[in-house]
Amino acid sequence: MKKEATFIFSEEQLGYSFSDTHPFNQKRILLSLDLLKKSGAIQDSDIVPPRMATDDELLLAHDSKFIDIVKKAGKGELHEDVSDIYGIGTDDTPIFPNMHEASAMLVGGTLTAVDEVMEGRSKYALNLGGGLHHGFHGRASGFCVYNDSSVAIKYMQEKYGARVLYIDTDAHHGDGVQWSFYDDPSVCTLSIHETGRYLFPGTGNITERGNGTGYGTSFNFPIDAFTEDESFLSVYKAAITEVTEFFKPDVILTQNGADAHYFDPLTHLYGTMAIYKEIPRIAREIADQYCNGRWIAVGGGGYDIWRVVPRAWAHIWLAMTTDSAPTGPLPADWLTAWQEQSPVPLIPTWEDPNPLYEPIPRKAEITEKNEQMLSRALHMIRNEKMNK
Amino acid sequence: MLIEEIMIKEVTTLSPSNTVKDALQTMHHKKIRHIPILSTEGMVIGIVTDRDLKEIVPSSISEIIDHSVYDTALADVMTTNLIIGHPMDFVEEAAVIFYDNKIGALPIVSNNQLVGIITETDLLYKYIELTGAHQPGSQIEVRVPNVPGILFEVSKVFHEQKTNVLSVLVYPDKESDATKILVIRINSMNPLSIIQGLKDSGFEVLWPNVPGVVL
Repeated sequence: MKKEATFIFSEEQLGYSFSDTHPFNQKRILLSLDLLKKSGAIQDSDIVPPRMATDDELLLAHDSKFIDIVKKAGKGELHEDVSDIYGIGTDDTPIFPNMHEASAMLVGGTLTAVDEVMEGRSKYALNLGGGLHHGFHGRASGFCVYNDSSVAIKYMQEKYGARVLYIDTDAHHGDGVQWSFYDDPSVCTLSIHETGRYLFPGTGNITERGNGTGYGTSFNFPIDAFTEDESFLSVYKAAITEVTEFFKPDVILTQNGADAHYFDPLTHLYGTMAIYKEIPRIAREIADQYCNGRWIAVGGGGYDIWRVVPRAWAHIWLAMTTDSAPTGPLPADWLTAWQEQSPVPLIPTWEDPNPLYEPIPRKAEITEKNEQMLSRALHMIRNEKMNK
Repeated sequence: MLIEEIMIKEVTTLSPSNTVKDALQTMHHKKIRHIPILSTEGMVIGIVTDRDLKEIVPSSISEIIDHSVYDTALADVMTTNLIIGHPMDFVEEAAVIFYDNKIGALPIVSNNQLVGIITETDLLYKYIELTGAHQPGSQIEVRVPNVPGILFEVSKVFHEQKTNVLSVLVYPDKESDATKILVIRINSMNPLSIIQGLKDSGFEVLWPNVPGVVL
């Protein structure tokens, strides 16, 4: 029987760990899964362990020299400073033991998710260990070594001949995936992110639309700092609906960074849990309507691992498996289990306290600016639709 | 940086005896807007721009079309009182020349020969590179007192944390003459420890800097 949804997980995914003080911390996955378990929302039979990606699979989206360097670095055999060339050994992406195996495990998790969906065993699949969207062809960047989404998209093209729409709602621009398919008209990338004016990586302008035959299949929606929920969701809904209608994908792959929240230390979008409730539910609607339900979701950024990420990521699984989003208190045993370790008081309910912060001045102007950006970003496909 | 490092060296040129029609076709095919006119000895004696040509060719909606215009020799329409640059001029000087004279391209001349050309677009790209905005990084703005030695104090923080700085720009502060705004791009996704270090050293950090919004 076809399952509704599959959750990819094993403890091995936690090996992707730079250091105790690094903001990228995979304990988030444990916290999220435990929240789902204690909510009674997931069974052991829903969980499939990831496999490790093979070298041949990594080569679909990465340079062999880069892979060799990562292997050496993880074994402590790298004695020269290669940070300038390969982006590892930097403050952002330090070298750690077995970094090749750990990184390949995250890629393999996304490939496992892909196979579950594309071979029809499951309608949807979720790999919270994936979403490393800054990884480049021959270079690590921004906490990301191998780019699981880039490998998975190539894999879906080659193995299943699928037309893939990639949707990235991380607060940072999905640069690695965008550049991997910038020339390819059979893959569409869509990224909504805080403008690169201040935030890493700085790219993701609306004028980045693709190159050559791939021109017109790269979409960027840079939203302003202090965007807040309503404007974020209105840009997201319009973007995902109109781009899916235009591109007509066979399958969607969503990257679900949970770092656009008010509590996130690295960004300034001022979202609340309301956006994380809606994002996956809209993605599911779109997948059901246009792709026969085929939807693979991966994780991504998210640097408040206590108050934000567990609830935000649980919402993805709950959107895959339930018709209405949870409300009210979180399971008491989850709160007691983790409060002791958390440096901040946990939020005890699915919803954020309201209001979460002081009102932002200039909200109307920021909303207006985002609307203008949206219409410029969608200008070409709206024109095309009118001329049909 | 010197002009010779950024100028275009393969320059498309015409001679004074070429016609308006030749110039229009050349601009169209090569997607350019400026053509230096060379004497037989290779000296730049004039320049023809797309704007010069638009002024003399008949309007496409005009009823009387005088085709003889297209056969006019460029010698009769080119600008002769030329502003030129030298390959060893600084890029900053060239930018001032463009701005002061409201021109779109600058022929570069050495030894009486045309050796290159730079356009507004080339300069703008150089400025984008100067800001560091073409490679992955985060941008931090710091308000600092407008006194000697302050850049040293700020850069100490980056030195202590071994952070690679991609670019530094100094802007005037619109709010006060007593302070300036340093715009610094760093090669990192996580600027939090740098921001803390700057704050600990007593600097005001604007990240992000949105007028009217205080974090």
